[in-house]
Formats: sequence, C-alpha cells, structure tokens
Amino acid sequence: MSPLQPRFVRLAETDRPTVPIVVDGATVEALEGDSLLVAVLTRAGHLRHSEFGPEARAGFCLMAACQDCWMWTHDGDRLRACDTPVRAGLSVLTQPPDMPWPNRA
Amino acid sequence: MAEPRVIIVGAGPAGVRAAETLVAAGLRPTVVDEGRRDGGQIYRRQPEGFARSSAELYGTEAARAEALHATFDDLRPKIDYRPGHLAWNVADGHLHVVHDGSAEALPFDALIVASGATDRLMPVKGWQHAGVYSLGAAQIALKSQGCAIGRRVVFLGTGPLMQLVAAQYRKAGAQVVALLDTSRLWNQIRALPKLVSRPDVLAKGVGLAASHLLAGTMVRRGVTPVEIFGDADGGVSGVSVRLASGRDLRLACDAVALGYHLRPETQLADLARCDFAFDAATRQFWPVIDEDGRSSVPGIYLAGDGVRTQGADGAEIAGKLAALAVLTDRGRSAPTEQISRLRQQRRAMERFRAGIAEAFPWPHHLAAGLADDTVVCRCEGITAGELRSVVHDKGADEMNRAKALSRVGMGRCQGRYCGHAAAEVVAAATQLSPAVVGRLRGQAPVKPLAIRTRRAAP
Amino acid sequence: MSEPFRTDVIVVGGGIMGAAAAFFLRRRGKSVALIERALIGQQASGTNFGNVRRQGRFLRQLPLANRSRDIWGRLNELIGEDAEFLASGHLRVTYDDEMTARIETYARDALPYGLDLQIIGGNRLRERFPFLGPEVRAGSYAPHDGHANPRLAAPAFGRAARREGASVFERTEIVAVERDAGTFRVEAADGRVFRAEQLMIAAGAWGNRLSEQFGEPVPLVTHGPQMAVTEPIPYALEPVLGVSTTKLEETVYFRQVKRGNIVIGGAARGPASADTQRASVKPENTLLQFTQITRVVPALARLNIIRVWSGVESYLPDDIPIMGPSAKVPGLYYAFGFCGHGFQLGPGVGDVMAELISTGQTTTPIEPFAIARFASAPA
Repeated sequence: MSPLQPRFVRLAETDRPTVPIVVDGATVEALEGDSLLVAVLTRAGHLRHSEFGPEARAGFCLMAACQDCWMWTHDGDRLRACDTPVRAGLSVLTQPPDMPWPNRA
Repeated sequence: MAEPRVIIVGAGPAGVRAAETLVAAGLRPTVVDEGRRDGGQIYRRQPEGFARSSAELYGTEAARAEALHATFDDLRPKIDYRPGHLAWNVADGHLHVVHDGSAEALPFDALIVASGATDRLMPVKGWQHAGVYSLGAAQIALKSQGCAIGRRVVFLGTGPLMQLVAAQYRKAGAQVVALLDTSRLWNQIRALPKLVSRPDVLAKGVGLAASHLLAGTMVRRGVTPVEIFGDADGGVSGVSVRLASGRDLRLACDAVALGYHLRPETQLADLARCDFAFDAATRQFWPVIDEDGRSSVPGIYLAGDGVRTQGADGAEIAGKLAALAVLTDRGRSAPTEQISRLRQQRRAMERFRAGIAEAFPWPHHLAAGLADDTVVCRCEGITAGELRSVVHDKGADEMNRAKALSRVGMGRCQGRYCGHAAAEVVAAATQLSPAVVGRLRGQAPVKPLAIRTRRAAP
Repeated sequence: MSEPFRTDVIVVGGGIMGAAAAFFLRRRGKSVALIERALIGQQASGTNFGNVRRQGRFLRQLPLANRSRDIWGRLNELIGEDAEFLASGHLRVTYDDEMTARIETYARDALPYGLDLQIIGGNRLRERFPFLGPEVRAGSYAPHDGHANPRLAAPAFGRAARREGASVFERTEIVAVERDAGTFRVEAADGRVFRAEQLMIAAGAWGNRLSEQFGEPVPLVTHGPQMAVTEPIPYALEPVLGVSTTKLEETVYFRQVKRGNIVIGGAARGPASADTQRASVKPENTLLQFTQITRVVPALARLNIIRVWSGVESYLPDDIPIMGPSAKVPGLYYAFGFCGHGFQLGPGVGDVMAELISTGQTTTPIEPFAIARFASAPA
C-alpha cells in the first residue's frame, strides 16, 4: 500500500458536515465528529514514524491506552490523534516540525 | 455521620451501576471518566451528530446499552460527573485528576475503581507495521467512527471479542478475509461445563461462530501466527500462519485486527498499593479482591473488567456490589438480601469468566517461539532477542530488572501492551514460572501527563 | 554448618559504591565477596538522576570528583560495557544577581581544582542556548561534565567485578555482622557465613544499621528523589541543565538522553523508608517540577511525562558522605550516605576505597568525610 493511500474505509455515518483540517501542509476535508486519527487515516496511510524503527505508525488501540498515535502540530504541540476531535483549521504534521522543538517558546 | 466522599473512576457498566446504587442510598458520588461521554468502551456512545440506531451499534446488547445510558442520564443531576478527566495518580487519600491542563487532588473516603480493560496482546513478527490494530481498536473504529480499519481485514488471535468484531465488520460491509484463531475447538468444548453457567451468552457465542461459517468466511482454528508482512512505508500487506495441519497459510490483506482476549487496567490499584496475586489459569497478576470487590487496601474497591474480565453484565453486578460494600463499610444500612443475590449472580459470572479463559486460552507458548528479531515492545522497538540477551547475558530473571536493563515496557504505554508477553519471554528464557518472573510495577502517571498541566485555582 | 566463605575483603551493599569497589579491589589483586540484599544497583544507585556533575560540589570533594570523572571518561574500556556516559556539558543557570555572583565566586574557587567553568550571561547565553527562558540571567557551563544511565552503571560494575573474579552474592540478606578473633564474620539469612580480614560497608540508607553495630552510629535520614521522564522526542537539549538557587522548589534539573527522553528531577524530596525499602513520588512534587522546569526551558510545556519513580537515598546533616576507615575498628571501612550526589562519585569512590583497603592510604584526600565527625562526645 502506498503511504498516500487511505488506510481506513468509511462504512457508515458519511452524511456529516465537512471540516477542513491541514495535514502536512495540505488542506483535507474531515467530517464533523471525526477523531483526528480517523480524519488523517481516511486520507493517508499513517500518522507518524516510530522513533526507534524504520516504520510508519498508524495508531494501535484507538482508546487512548497505547499512545501510538501522538502527532505534532505545526506549532510544535503534541496531540493524541485517537481521542482528539477534529476542529476547523487544526494543522498537524506526520513528522516533527523543522525547527528544533525547544527553540519554540 | 458526615456523608462519605465516594469517587468512582469510570463511567462504563460497573461505574454507572455503582453510582446508581450510591445515589439510591442518598449519596452524591463523584464520577471521574476519561471519556467524553458515558458508556465505557463496551457501550461507548457515538459522537453527537451520528445517526445509527442502538440496534446497529450494540446488536443483541442494544437494550442493555440503552438501559445503562438512560440510567446515567437520570443520574447526571445527582452526581458530580467529571467527563474528560484522567485519573493520573492516587496517593494519601486523594485521587489526582487532570482535565484540559488543569490538575486537582480530590479527597475520598472510598474509591471505586472501574477502569475497564484493554486488549491482551501476544506479539507476532511484524505487528509494529501500520495497519495492525488491536481487536478493540477495530471495534471502536466501527462503533464510534463508522470506519473499517482497512479494505481487507484479517482477524488474528482468540477470544469472544474476535468472533463478535469480525461479525460486526461483515455486517457493516467490510471485507473479512479470515478469522485465524489460536484456540482449538476442543478448548471450547472442554470449557462447556463452565460456559453453561450463562446459557444465553453461550447461545449467542455459538450463533456468532455459526454466522461466520454460514457467510462463507474463512475460519481456521489452532493456528500458530508466523508473521505479519509489510513494509516500513506502506504498512501491512499480508499475514502468514501455520495451520493445525502443519501447512502454512499466507493471506494478502491491508489490515490485521489482533488480540487475545482482555487484560484489566490495574494501574490505579497498583498506585494505591493494593496487593496483587498470580492467577495460574490466565497467567497474569490481578489485584486481590473479596467477593464484593474490596481490595487489600481499606477504602479502595475494584469493580468490573478493570479487575476481573467478566464482561459488561458481570461489570454491572460488580459495580453494584462494590457500592454496597462501600455503604456497608461506612456504617450505612445495606440490603443483605440484595447483596447475597448479587453475590450469587456474580459467582455465575465468575464461573463463565473462567470458562471463557479456558475456551480461548492465552497462547503463552508462543512467546518462546518468537524469532529474535520480533518486536516485543512497540513503543521502544525492543525485540525478543534484546530481551533474551538481558536474561542470558545480564542475569535479569525478574520483570522489572529486565525492564531496567532492556527498556522493554518503558515507553509511552508503560507496558500495557507488551508487559504480559514480555513476562512470558523472560519466563521461557529463564525456565521460571511467570509467577516468579513477576510483573511490571505500575508507575504514575496512568497515562502521559502534559507538562503544561497546572494546579487548578482553588 | 558449612565452611565459611573466605575472602580478603567483604563488601556489604551492591550499589555503585560497593560494586565499583569490588571491581577495583580485584584489579588490585584482593579476593572479594560482594553481598547485596536484592539486586546490584536497585536503590539509590539505580533510581537517581544520572548526573555526572562536578560543578557546584563542596570544593574539598572536587579531587575525588575529578578522579571519578577520569574513570567515567574511560569506563567502556575499563569495564567492557557502556553505561551511556555522555560528556554533554553541564549548565547551571541563575535567576538573579545574587546567585550569579555566587556562581562567579564558585568558578574562581574551583579553578585551582582544575574545573574550567565558563560564566556566560545575557545575549551570549541565549545565542548559545536559544531554548532558555526569559527569567534566566546567567549560567555556569562545565564543558566536561555530563550524564550517564543509572539503571546500567552499577549493574555493569557488578558484572565487571564478577568477570574480574569477585564473588557476587545477590538476593543475600545479611542478619549478623561482627568481628571476632581478628576477622569479620558476616552471616546471611540463609545461614551462609562469610569471613574476611577487611570489611567495607557500602549499604547506603542501611549503612547506619551496620556502623552502629561497631559503635559508630551516624544521624542518617532517608529521602526519595522525585524523578520523572518525558516521552522520546528529537535530541535537541545537549547540556544537562540545572538551576543554581537557594530555594529548594527552584532546584530542578533535567537532561535529554540520546534516544530522546528527558529525565527530570529536583524541586522537592519525597518520602522514603529504609524499613519498607520503598520510596514514592508525591503527585504535587511532579506538578511543582512542571512549573519550575518550564521557567528554564519554556518549550518543555509542549511535552508529556510518561513515568515517575523514586528510590531510597540517605542524607547526613552536613550534606556530605561518610567515606574512609572506621575510627574504632581496624580493618573496617565505610562508604555510604552520599546525600543524593553519589552517582558521579561512584567509580572514584570504588577506586579510592580499593586503594585505601589495599594500601592503607589514599592519594586523593578524603579526610572531610571521616565518620569520626559524628563521634559523640565522651560520656
């Protein structure tokens, strides 16, 4: 599967208003009530990369227990994607921001 | 007598029934729940604006889910409900909670922990790839978000949840490639004398299993997981198992739902310094409780799947019993007849639980066979070989020592998902029982705690 | 009863002091039994912050700290294992002029001991360390100090000692220690008996229980370090950071390991019990640390901690350890009570104690740490 290919498939509840969010600089349409994880994975194959292995990661438990789905925001904040609801304008990265994190106050 | 301050952690079946029982006795408990809405994982309420019916969401359990939600809606004005609150620590008679960056220490006279369960996992080579999810995750994706975890999904593992989620996926229109079950039919047959303690649930289970066959879904029992194939960028591409016949089976898929029944979330019990004991049948350490849910620490009560995997119905009973125990211990009158009836029901639940554990056994033997390059700890990327090397080269024959020297269980999830399997790897490498190898000690915070957290203004 | 286990030296206590001493005693040809109640390096040695810091120490301790720093620098070749020592530099910052004056004075006073501290202020400090917060006024930078992994160091010394021929007894609780017929007799709970001409007590928070049996009680108290660690994030904080202050709640310190986690300590001490062998982190201390570390590096507020821990450390009223020969019993030696700053000293203490036990003297001065300073006035 290509990293750009969506991982999740919507099977129900597709009749919801859209919410624009920004993933790696590109605006994508999420649906109101989506978790950030679902919003990203219905558009892409992963959320982040493992710190200690070569592989991309896409979450694991979806119930805020495994901590596999932490993403970076554009401003350098951390978000747990599975229990963060989307909101318009939310901007996330699948990689750490370019500027070293401690230099952003 | 001053009204006792009672805190309940968790708003699933156990927590809600505990709250209901306390409110009925005239108390106003505090209910702390990490979820944004009540229901716990099993009766998880979908977000506002979603339209599916209870029947679609909860299937045969729709009436129970609706009843629990209705009870909770009635309770709302009579309790101090704290949704979105993480209970991150407990010490010196205070539960420490955090909500939206604001921390509070809530004093209690009695604490009922109904913290629920997570999937119990045995690693398989390749399980770190994107597209491998826990069985619980596969269900949450569907129930809470209307999504399948992939286009072609393989279910790998064992337990009643696997049967159920696979059926839910098929019903929702997802492609279920196969159910690959490590348990054997004779495990289930041998457990029948215990499973008949709840004939209705047994019948539902048999019905589920039959539904897979009727639908023509590939079901294989007695499999040995070999590898989840995939690559670093694209994630999962297939699964291979060794069949009971000894033949290898390889299937293409883009998602795997993996799980071996459930394990209780015991961090708060651990932080409260409750005693734990080894359960030889399921090969795990559990907090010690009496028949009503009293832990070894006065004032700490444990209920629901957070202490014994008895399922949602069992959790409702356990929640009531724990609340009645609080009332009894605080010198309130408690209906002895109701207590003895609940205890009796609970014994049936416990018998059924033991039956399920026998019917879908934890495949501990797989730990010894994990290839050295199998990742055991997904957070830290620690392999079975690295773990074995601290056993063989550095004498680490105890779990916390193995953690200290290898980093297994040291990552963000704090050993939730690798702890049991890592103990089996160490046990196999040392030829010791996991009862001797021990368990990872719980350490605060229960979940990651943001450094921006500040004490709430009083 | 079986024959006693005889060696030249018995070391009681398998922390970093005892394990390093056992190693260096073997290097000097002494036969050694190292006896540890639980596992090597489990208490203070395994749970501390991991500072390999010399700056800020009691000046007369610097020769010992220097000797230890030299060993840290060649630890891998010496013991054949990596304890993740990183000479990352160490920066102590100040919030006011008074403390800035103090670090300047300390830098001058430490110079004759070979410590080359750089006092950096104002814009130069921020150019070099752009992550520092607005309250930071100045810093004392020690380029050759750094940090190491406490979970690994003491066990590595224990294994190295064993490879050198020491007899290491873990999970061996001792029930009696005495001197009779000119030798020391140590008895374990399981009945095993150890005998040696020389005995070294390196039992940390439990050291006083043994020293008082030889008529040398000391006013030892226990505290637990309040530690926390963040999730792993890209490596970006090079030096160990700490605050130079007289206010306890401001005394935080933190370091980032190469894998990415940031280890945090300080601001308070927690409860620790020698009896139960347990120590804990008070939740309010964790929150206090959050407030204090973000004064030093505000961007830390963006991160999460994933774990806290503590251990049983021992402190003396003058905040310096007990180290050296017994004042009363020939052949008896002490090294315990390191007051929360023993990790850096560990290898040096082991080396010096081995020298002392083997030769009767030390080339590094340790007089300030003599147990005799607590000898009660004659009745």
